[in-house]
Amino acid sequence: MNQMSHRFYLLLLLPTLLVLLLFIAGPVGQSFFLSFHRMIIGLPHLGAPFIGLQNYQELLNDPVARHSLWVTLIFVGTTTFFELLIGLLLALLMHRRFPGRGALRACVLIPWAIPTVVSAQMWRFLFNDAYGMVNYAMFGAETSAYIPWLALPSTALFSLILADIWKTASFAALLILAGLQVIPDELYQAARVDGAGTWRRFRHITWPLILPALLVALLFRTIDAFRVFDLAFVMTQGGPADATNVLQLYGYKKMFVEGWMGYGSAVSACIFAIILCLAVAYVRMVGRRLLEAGTG
Amino acid sequence: MKRLAKTVFLVAGVLAVAVFSLGPFLWFVAAAFKTPSEVTAIPPEWFPSFSMAFFQSAVTRYGIFRYLLNSTVVAGATTVVTVSLGALAGYALARLPRRWSRVLLMGVLACAMFPQIATAGPIWRFLRLLEWLNTYQGLILPYVAFTLPLSVWILTLFFRELPEDLEAAALVDGCTRIGALFRVILPLSAPGLFTAAILTFIYAWNEFFLALLIMTDPAKQTMPVGIALFQGEYTIPWGEIAAASLITTAPLVLLVLLFQQRIVKGLSAGAVKG
Repeated sequence: MNQMSHRFYLLLLLPTLLVLLLFIAGPVGQSFFLSFHRMIIGLPHLGAPFIGLQNYQELLNDPVARHSLWVTLIFVGTTTFFELLIGLLLALLMHRRFPGRGALRACVLIPWAIPTVVSAQMWRFLFNDAYGMVNYAMFGAETSAYIPWLALPSTALFSLILADIWKTASFAALLILAGLQVIPDELYQAARVDGAGTWRRFRHITWPLILPALLVALLFRTIDAFRVFDLAFVMTQGGPADATNVLQLYGYKKMFVEGWMGYGSAVSACIFAIILCLAVAYVRMVGRRLLEAGTG
Repeated sequence: MKRLAKTVFLVAGVLAVAVFSLGPFLWFVAAAFKTPSEVTAIPPEWFPSFSMAFFQSAVTRYGIFRYLLNSTVVAGATTVVTVSLGALAGYALARLPRRWSRVLLMGVLACAMFPQIATAGPIWRFLRLLEWLNTYQGLILPYVAFTLPLSVWILTLFFRELPEDLEAAALVDGCTRIGALFRVILPLSAPGLFTAAILTFIYAWNEFFLALLIMTDPAKQTMPVGIALFQGEYTIPWGEIAAASLITTAPLVLLVLLFQQRIVKGLSAGAVKG
């Protein structure tokens, strides 16, 4: 390949790189820059003085931020675990051959396709304290026993977790299913001939071979769960008593509701750092497979 | 006997999954066809009276057609721009030597992972500087940036499957490089372009966080923002929210039913290849 065609390819790449630079890489860099400054949106005449690590120092001593991190970690851990577990079961079910398999797969995809805002309003309706289906299913017409799910600190986070699992378990299932489908049938037949039962076939063939797909799903779900915002914004606004004040919502409030651009940038820089670590792991894994796929 | 037990187990599992996936949503949108007293009834009113009053009020009092129009313009334009740029970039990445495309692809992939909040403040300030807050292009461009990585990824994989001899033959026949791309490669890539288009459209149609920041003027807001901010005078207007939700979700359900295999393939591209 000659120099000319390289230049041609780089020209084709240029618009994409420009958009990514202007709207992703550049802003991320500027967020870091702003996080070392004091800047208030509503008070432009104060300017943006450099204050070193002061924003980060404040952040370390901010109990709301620490609580927010804790809430986010619980959310991420619980949702990811259950999404993978349910996703695995769903994938094993959808991998079997039966009439109507395509229809079932479409059913499973629907929660994924529904806008998160819509599913958040839906769960807010289902968790309603006076006429919600969840309460009716648990207590029947005994309205005095009804639980105000979204208004209690002890149940609000649980409600959000359930809503998230409902919406995204199907995504995990699809990734795992794709992994299941590349396992050759001959392996199972050979194992059957050797007298291996269902459990041993799962343990020694299915499990090791879907592990890569499972890991990809794990990282993908973890990264996505860290970015949770829509559910908390619509269902609880972060309340009650900050019980569902996840990191991205906290950063949003600091930056755009209270106007602390510099401090909010420090919050977003921390979220970015957490996700960067996960993303590096993800890109290393997926990126390598992508390249191997191309050279094969 | 064992066979029968297995069948029963399978049927039960399939039914449970279908109810779990569809039940909550069907129950929610049923509220759109009820009367206000049916929505809050305990014990619940299982069968709606198919009153269309909520749809009417969603249109007249809440003006959801305006949101729908904004969503269509933004999601449509995002899809066209993303797929066009993604096709050019994907083609280049598929044909560049591996050691170049390797670094570039990793960079692009990493962009897809970044949290929106880390870019939100600067994007908002940048758009304010350009006076593009509350404009279509002000929302479309960030959406293009956030959807490009997945499209580039899908299309790079797709173009790699097409043999380089195709362009070589076209070049011999007197095509220019760009002509070979547009007349030979792109027509063959319709399936890949289509997959990228569907996934981009779904993202742009559903996105909420950036839309909330950038579109503060109700006349420019998209459907998700409208649905999230629906306010009644005294009570939550569940019927209208459900009606708007149904209208927003209907096109997506249609896409899923028609193209589920393509969507699944696109989503898992790269994740399990090789």
